[in-house]
Amino acid sequence: MTATSSADRCVLDIKGLTVAYQHEGEWLEAVREVSLRIHSGETHGLVGESGSGNTALVLAVMNYLADRASIRSGEIQLGDIDLVSLNDSQLRQVWGSKLTLVPQNPQSALNPSLRVGDQLIEILRYQLNLSQKEAENLAIEWLERVHLADPNLVAESYPHQISGGMQQRVMIAMALCTAPDLLILDEPTTNLDVTTQAVILDLIRELIQDQDTGVLYVTHNLGVIAQICDRVAVMYASELVEDAATQDLFSQPLHPYTQGLIDSIPHLGDTKDSIQLRAISGQIPPIGEGPSGCVFRTRCPIAIEICSSRPPLYLAGDARYSRCHRWEEIARHELSAHQPAPVGKAGQRPTQDGEPPTLEVNNLNIHFPLRRSLAEVIRGQPVKILRAVNNVNLEIPAGSTLGLVGESGSGKTTIARGIMGLERKTDGSIKLLQIPLPDKLSQRDLETLRLLQIVFQNPEEALNPYLPIGETLRRPLIRLSGLSKSEADAKVGELLAAVRLPPAYAGRLPGQLSGGEIQRVALARAFASNPELLVLDEPISSLDVSVQAAILNLVGELQSDHQNSSLFISHDLAIVGYLADQIAVIYLGSLMEVAGPGDLFHPPHHPYTEALLSSIPQVDPNSKEAAIYLEGDIPTPAELPSGCPFHTRCPRFLGEICTTTTPPWQVDQISGKRIFCHIPPNDLAAVQKRNITRGSSDA
Amino acid sequence: MTAGLKPTHNALGVAPSWWRRLSLLGGRLYSRPVSAIGTTITILFLLVAICGPLIAPYEENEILASEARQPPSAEHWFGTDNLGRDVFSRVILGAREILVLAGLGTLLAVICGTLFGLLSGYRGGWFDEITMRIFDSLLALPALLLALLLLGTVGQSKYSVLIVLVIVYTPIVARVVRSVVLAVKPQGFVDAARLGGETQTRILFREIMPSVLPTLSVESALRFSYAIFLVASLGFLGVGVQPPSPNWGLMVKEARTFASLVPWALFFPAAAISIVVIGVNLMADGVKRVIGPEQAD
Repeated sequence: MTATSSADRCVLDIKGLTVAYQHEGEWLEAVREVSLRIHSGETHGLVGESGSGNTALVLAVMNYLADRASIRSGEIQLGDIDLVSLNDSQLRQVWGSKLTLVPQNPQSALNPSLRVGDQLIEILRYQLNLSQKEAENLAIEWLERVHLADPNLVAESYPHQISGGMQQRVMIAMALCTAPDLLILDEPTTNLDVTTQAVILDLIRELIQDQDTGVLYVTHNLGVIAQICDRVAVMYASELVEDAATQDLFSQPLHPYTQGLIDSIPHLGDTKDSIQLRAISGQIPPIGEGPSGCVFRTRCPIAIEICSSRPPLYLAGDARYSRCHRWEEIARHELSAHQPAPVGKAGQRPTQDGEPPTLEVNNLNIHFPLRRSLAEVIRGQPVKILRAVNNVNLEIPAGSTLGLVGESGSGKTTIARGIMGLERKTDGSIKLLQIPLPDKLSQRDLETLRLLQIVFQNPEEALNPYLPIGETLRRPLIRLSGLSKSEADAKVGELLAAVRLPPAYAGRLPGQLSGGEIQRVALARAFASNPELLVLDEPISSLDVSVQAAILNLVGELQSDHQNSSLFISHDLAIVGYLADQIAVIYLGSLMEVAGPGDLFHPPHHPYTEALLSSIPQVDPNSKEAAIYLEGDIPTPAELPSGCPFHTRCPRFLGEICTTTTPPWQVDQISGKRIFCHIPPNDLAAVQKRNITRGSSDA
Repeated sequence: MTAGLKPTHNALGVAPSWWRRLSLLGGRLYSRPVSAIGTTITILFLLVAICGPLIAPYEENEILASEARQPPSAEHWFGTDNLGRDVFSRVILGAREILVLAGLGTLLAVICGTLFGLLSGYRGGWFDEITMRIFDSLLALPALLLALLLLGTVGQSKYSVLIVLVIVYTPIVARVVRSVVLAVKPQGFVDAARLGGETQTRILFREIMPSVLPTLSVESALRFSYAIFLVASLGFLGVGVQPPSPNWGLMVKEARTFASLVPWALFFPAAAISIVVIGVNLMADGVKRVIGPEQAD
């Protein structure tokens, strides 16, 4: 983190900015009277959920608003340039030299038909007036500075030939090579895996440290903010609700929304048995439909009468602002939006002796033959096989939850689809209540289908857009539970009530629901047939932070009511740790570690788990930076590394044994956790205890 | 956000009926002048086809020997042809024949194409492979050439023209439907229906079909305009529908010989073909524009 000296010159000064979109003849305000200053050398975070207006704010700062949007009032000063008044050709002088952007998706920002090096050289030549030769040298130098292992090779590559993490490094090089006054980072790590994110964050931190560039860092991830920003601005429903130094904001938020946001994130080590997540009720209002007065008042736990008048942005201390009428009471600790955490319901039902496990997966392998091109067929090259899942053993005891954690491409969704019968297994057995499951979905009888249900990740395609919610919920009741039409109709209301939706929703279409509401309906559909095993495949990862907690709580509650078992799949260790009774960590289709939720966060760890744990940005500015970075990218499952699949990136690589021999499953004597590694658990524990593990249940 | 027939918000929170969606479509078509013209032309021609006998002053083959080769006048709006038949009446009465033939052909092709497209896209595997290769080989031949070949085999009558239309257009419709099915199939709600124990028929028609309908309606309108064109072309080439039927294509062919004597007998049926094809095409384009933006998403 850079040391802030606010005496530095102000690189970005936004005053009373209002941006509105024209929609069917009406002006809807996406940004309302926002003021923000960023000084040189300062990293200013901007937090907001989708629909909060942060995208519109960034576009306005870039002066790149869509045609139907315009700046209604206010000014934006970049140093001494008035950005709003610039015309296109003047803007081109500013973009890329004084004002640069690293977007969320580097894939679409890089030109796919130009070599990476040429794209960087173009910027250097145009903005810095360098000769081709000078620009080439400088480009290679910059690719080195963003720690690309082989800068010459990368410069010669086309964007699709390098990984997402490498693309993002290239974008960072492009954005910083002209020493801009202001760098905007728009969710630069959101599309990356957590281990890659940790490396990129470290890189950003390192590069901006020795430049006096001002940085506007837009993200929805509070952990990232805590790790990288000096100041934070919080946006909610088009308004800036709080602006403070990172330390102050996290130690004492002065706006109830900020408090709610911080409270709704599970910390590493929280479990559903210990606490219930404090969700913010309701959802963010659509643009232009926010309540009058304080925009947060309909969801605020401490709203009173005065809140129906619009609060000004109060100066609440030294360089900190809050748009809450009651900030003084909050600051004096007389009042808190921070509700005492309700104790969670114990989720696991007591297992009776001899009760069979709900699900047993033995030696599961799922491989996909890759299609060969005609040339490959003629040359007689063997069929390549994508080994998505390799020798996976899982057991879910009756009534308990198994969490499956892994990065993208680790095979976790393939396992879920294999269990559901949506993907055919290559080898191994899957038993539900000790009865082997047939491979093909068409061979499974209705009773088997009834016992096994799933909630998918993407709410946009979870429900048929043309069928009313009621019809979607009625079908499994009639088809799987054998209810009559009138019984099913009555039950639909109960199901909706169980997921806290009003009965009128039965007549609605999915297009009229928010993402969180759709996931509630998907949950209701899955519970309709009263299944024995519920598979939850990243059910909350596409939802907004403030909605996630409510859905997580709901999942925990429904589970303890129905007493079913479940398989919870996620890339987020904190969330899995919160909900699961047992956690399996998967990498490249192989399990790495199986542990209880309490034990997972304490050594010994599998080296991969260790890296994962250290990569998660903590929602605490005082926590240490990540200790372990994984180099390189996940290998493709079409060319699995020999021996231990993790050996190519393992920070605790032993030597030849790792590359040649499949590791054994070793059991830790104390915790009973199982680790897929050549290093004995005791040795792992000894080295790992030296680096005090972050996030050990102090939260 | 605003365009599209995909059901979205309405005040009552109730799914809009198909009738409501149709009227919505009509409203949007009339908000663009070009689509409004196309739609109006199409509707006018359909009306003419339905009420033809009420409008036409003469029988289609009524020969007024004394009045042959008359130029357009108050008596004979479009003049009379070489044999003394009233061109206006023949054009009016010909509308029914050509629109019914093209319409029926399109309808059957759309039904067949939809069935093949749904099954092919949903089941995949060898069924898909075989069907699509057969359709590919049919598509490899130009439509008119294929039609001529087929007519040579099945003989020349109204019914053979119908069969030809179905064979020529089924593969095209099937491809379009299949591509939509392939896009819808991997979505969660289809998997959920399979896991909910729904039958294949129900999944195809209840879960997938609604997503196919918008694209299918555009495709059907477009096919219809081409079918009109094909029926007229076949008439002009003298295969398919035989004289003395008032097929516009056939009328153009017959009048061609006497083009210098009775240019009006050639002009009016030719104009009718052009106007109706352009009209239906503009309407299809309008439908596509209304539904289009969503497809791009």
